[in-house]
Amino acid sequence: MSKPNGKNRNTAIILFAFVGGMVGLAFASVPLYRVFCQVTGYGGATGKVAAVSGPAAPANAPMITVQFDTNVDSALPWNFKPDQREIKVRVGEESLATFSAVNKGNRTIIGNATFNVTPYKAGQYFNKIECFCFTEQTLTPNQTASMPVTFFVDPEILTDPNTVDVKTITLSYTFYPAAADKKQQTSSDNAATKNAKLEIRKTGKPSPETKSKS
Amino acid sequence: MAHADTAHGDHNHAPKGIGRWLFSTNHKDIGTMYLMISVISAIIGGSMSWLIRLELAEPGIQFIQDLHFYNVLVTAHALLMVFFVVMPALIGGFGNWMVPLMIGAPDMAFPRMNNISFWLLAAALVLMVMSTVIGEGVGTGWTLYPPLSTADYSPGPSVDFGILALHLAGASSILGAINLITTILNMRCTGMTLHKMPLFVWAMLITAFLLLLAIPVLAGALTMLLTDRNFGTTFFDPAGGGDPVLWQHLFWFFGHPEVYIMILPAFGIISQVVSTFSRKPVFGYLGMAYAMISIGVIGFGVWAHHMFSTGLGVDAKAYFVVATMVIAVPTGLKIFSWIATMWGGSIRFDTPMLWAMGFIALFVVGGVTGVVLANAGVDTAFHDTYYVVAHFHYVLSLGAVFAIFVGIYYWFGKMTGYKYSEKQGKTHFWLTFVGVNILFFPQHFLGLAGMPRRIPDYPDAFADWNMVSSIGAGITMISTFYFFYVMYCAFKAKVPCEANPWGDGADTLEWAVASPAPFHTHEVVPDIGTALPAE
Repeated sequence: MSKPNGKNRNTAIILFAFVGGMVGLAFASVPLYRVFCQVTGYGGATGKVAAVSGPAAPANAPMITVQFDTNVDSALPWNFKPDQREIKVRVGEESLATFSAVNKGNRTIIGNATFNVTPYKAGQYFNKIECFCFTEQTLTPNQTASMPVTFFVDPEILTDPNTVDVKTITLSYTFYPAAADKKQQTSSDNAATKNAKLEIRKTGKPSPETKSKS
Repeated sequence: MAHADTAHGDHNHAPKGIGRWLFSTNHKDIGTMYLMISVISAIIGGSMSWLIRLELAEPGIQFIQDLHFYNVLVTAHALLMVFFVVMPALIGGFGNWMVPLMIGAPDMAFPRMNNISFWLLAAALVLMVMSTVIGEGVGTGWTLYPPLSTADYSPGPSVDFGILALHLAGASSILGAINLITTILNMRCTGMTLHKMPLFVWAMLITAFLLLLAIPVLAGALTMLLTDRNFGTTFFDPAGGGDPVLWQHLFWFFGHPEVYIMILPAFGIISQVVSTFSRKPVFGYLGMAYAMISIGVIGFGVWAHHMFSTGLGVDAKAYFVVATMVIAVPTGLKIFSWIATMWGGSIRFDTPMLWAMGFIALFVVGGVTGVVLANAGVDTAFHDTYYVVAHFHYVLSLGAVFAIFVGIYYWFGKMTGYKYSEKQGKTHFWLTFVGVNILFFPQHFLGLAGMPRRIPDYPDAFADWNMVSSIGAGITMISTFYFFYVMYCAFKAKVPCEANPWGDGADTLEWAVASPAPFHTHEVVPDIGTALPAE
């Protein structure tokens, strides 16, 4: 049986460094993935710009319909609706849409919204200038807030062969409790709810007691 | 084991009692333990698959009333078979046993690290089994996709146990891989250049590098899932800015190379056996070695073909379709070379050769359905159907597992010193060959008809082929019991095996030492001089 000699030890050290590097890469992929999504519009990620930029829109630029979709996480007692179902915008022109949110709960809650557009391929040409979703939003009980977003559609969407067929873009938001609020929610989440969830998953239907409760 | 008849009898002071196994630093003993843990896991994992086929034999819910338990069975079956059967047998078992013997090294480079690799895996197996019996069991599928695997939808300790089991199994694999690479790079005997290594050693070298690149990514992803579940991070939770699809990218960046980790050692064994029983060197030795390297390299660039239904852009899909199909080229080259090796050879149809030819035939079937599934458009329809189940069982269950049997029958005499009954070995082959084909071939039809996987029930329209498939599972179960009977007979009859039972086709170094291989081998470094490649 040979004792590990210097050559073997050096090889092993290099290989261990290799392993460490791969673990590092795995974690580095989290921010890299976010950057990748923003750059490529992967998964319908939208761009964020300071002002309308890029090539000027042709004078006869066609109109694109932008539809709005809103969702609220079940843990957040808010109503959240667009003030307009859809608007027609001229490609390359800055447009404004507004949303209304009401806090139906009995305490002040902080929420933040995630967003994307469909079709996903339009994401890289959909640019937001200002949006309520860039920051956390705080609502006191029964407070109603108007939430604006200003955006423009990059004229390059007309020249990209993959996106020339896009006539309608749907902008979707989902409001979640912000991280600080989420923690409170989870701790107050009682065991009964969890057991009921589990029961449904096991048998495909709620247990009789769960049913009677609801 | 008795070693009195060996030339190195004086050095065979094998430790006695349980200490020999607990504290073993001997590559042969550790290899044997890996094979044993693989057999134990195969019995557990195999029993689970028989329960699954029992439930699926007829439409409706027959035996498994707790539907979550069905999910647990599916998950545990996959995890056990991948991490605790195929990998330990092919890499830990045959890798440990045969790599030092074949390259003329006295042992692995780091014998104590070898010991900890094994016992980490043993601990991982215990955690894995605990994960299915503590709490409600892991019901997420082996892919552990969030949000199903998050604390919201899989509460309780089971998934955490599963994650920790995979962490330990991964650490075991990484240490094993470092050991294999160091051994192969630094400890080859005089005259054995890289281009003269037996193809099995080439296969193990490439597999070890794949492990080194892929397993840390799994470890990273599992750690993120663990902290998401327990410490409030949001790597995969959109509410905190995370993305569940990121898990799929990380998982499959590991998961796709993982399938090559399971099949490359099999390729290596098949190359040795086909050459031995055709009594010819392998056709295109260098091409075979570099084909494995290119499979390994391209294998890291195709992961998203598991994610065609997640909304990839059309350009990304086009890339992943093409890259996936490119892998068929080096794989086809290997199939071609095996057949060309047999062509004009003086073939002996002994048991290992039958299994090897069975492997080649069935692997081609699995490979062809793989090319079908590589098409993003087709895959959109076949995603999560039994067609996929049939595909990966043809390449893994009938591919990698057949290669394990090839290895067992080929090296049985070298490892135990006994001969098995040739007649029984052949009976076992034909029983298994018929059984697994009846079991898995009809699943292609079920998948084409749209039967989804991982569901314990199905419409009556799928009843007939499911019954056929379950009958095939019954035959396979009988053939598995028969395998244990073959082993029992061989150990009972104690027919001694000569150093080289296969004749002049078997020209690698493991056949130059006595059978069973003495406790210490190659204490004097062999010199293969300027001989041709060992294959």
